[in-house]
Amino acid sequence: MFKRLPNLKRETVTLSFEGEAIEALVGDSIAAALLAAGVESFRNSPVSGASRAPHCLMGACFECLVEVDGIANRQACLTTVEPGMAVRRQVGAPVLDISAGGRS
Amino acid sequence: MRADVAIVGGGLVGSALAYGLSREGARVVVLDEGDDAYRASRGNFGLVWVQSKGDGMAEYAAWSRNSAGLWPGLEAALTEETGIDLGLRQPGGIEPCIGEAEYRDYAAQIARMEAQGGVGANDARMIDADEARRLVPALGPEVVGARYSPHDGHVNPLHLLRALHTANAARGVDYRPHHRVISIEPDNGSFVVQTERGPVSAGRVVLAAGLGNGALDKDVALTVPTAPERGHILVTERLAPFLDIPVGRVRQTEEGSVMFGASAEDVGFDTGLNPAIFADIADRARRVFPVLANTRIVRLWSALRIMSPDGFPIYEESVEHPGAFVVTCHSGVTLAAAHAIDLAPQLLQPGFNQSFQAFSARRFDVQAAA
Repeated sequence: MFKRLPNLKRETVTLSFEGEAIEALVGDSIAAALLAAGVESFRNSPVSGASRAPHCLMGACFECLVEVDGIANRQACLTTVEPGMAVRRQVGAPVLDISAGGRS
Repeated sequence: MRADVAIVGGGLVGSALAYGLSREGARVVVLDEGDDAYRASRGNFGLVWVQSKGDGMAEYAAWSRNSAGLWPGLEAALTEETGIDLGLRQPGGIEPCIGEAEYRDYAAQIARMEAQGGVGANDARMIDADEARRLVPALGPEVVGARYSPHDGHVNPLHLLRALHTANAARGVDYRPHHRVISIEPDNGSFVVQTERGPVSAGRVVLAAGLGNGALDKDVALTVPTAPERGHILVTERLAPFLDIPVGRVRQTEEGSVMFGASAEDVGFDTGLNPAIFADIADRARRVFPVLANTRIVRLWSALRIMSPDGFPIYEESVEHPGAFVVTCHSGVTLAAAHAIDLAPQLLQPGFNQSFQAFSARRFDVQAAA
């Protein structure tokens, strides 16, 4: 759906989404990288279960949440890609581990 | 066309009164400001809270309890009329104590309220740390006990405001935003309300403008001594449900966000943010719930409570200009049901001041000692 502008001349970095390698450009937000790679579902709503993707791309709407290197609920539009980053869909809401006094 | 009742203010108090009056068949006009108003109704925490309400006024303890009891009926009616889910849950609530001094203070408050007579402390009682952890397993080791009440609950306050506005519109309530009221002129037993967009005539007028009442009360020979009190609220990322019951200063919404609140500052009409206050709020939340230590805060804001000198509501009809009323409080969510169902009909009847004698602002008319 999205295409990159033809005149971009930046270095590439490789990250992963759901375990699959994705090429991005240095300075991309995770949201831009995933959209350019054709990802349409970033997360599902913890309320309705419905599939969601970026809406505002400026940090306000919280629709683009993903899990980054094991940390839940990161805003993909505000997080810059780094080599080797492991990004996953945010599935539902994180679960607190009450017995351990911290997050599972 | 002349309205039966003009309500000054379209927040939770004014909207609940308009809803109640429309159920009585009254023609109601609501005169509201724009989005630059102070809007306590859009900044509040969303508790339907009974424990601790009315320490010093037994009538207020009873009135809060009464409203909590009326709430399921209000929710059912609003949801049926609008289809909006208010998320009302009334499973009881606790206020955890960190340290023995807090435990003693809360216990002393219960004893004071029991000694007031009437509904006493509304079934609130102190529970030890083990019982508190059975109710709320995520409580941390610093919690030494809690005050518990079976009558507490919470609701989505934004959905409540929207449901009231939606129901009122469907019932023909004439809602007018950007109609800031400039003055109220008594006119042979009725009233002409001057707004920034022209005059509105009404048989009765109700001041429900929160902090805005203080600029209008003298026009109808009322005295409404309220002052702003700033509170901050912090909201976390959404988490899977871990908190079944509201915990006074911490509650988890139906959608999974956790709200922290309950600061109080006297800073006039300043709605800015004070980092020292929200650091304190977050620190307290983390001590009560260590499990939240790595949780991200995604939003925070401040809003102004409408506080009378003793913290209790002011309900009064003008003696000099009958048909002019003031209805103000800082608990527009808890009291929404009582305002809509019990209080609003009495705005159309004689004897308002007899019914609400305890809530008259005349309680503040104490001569200063020479």
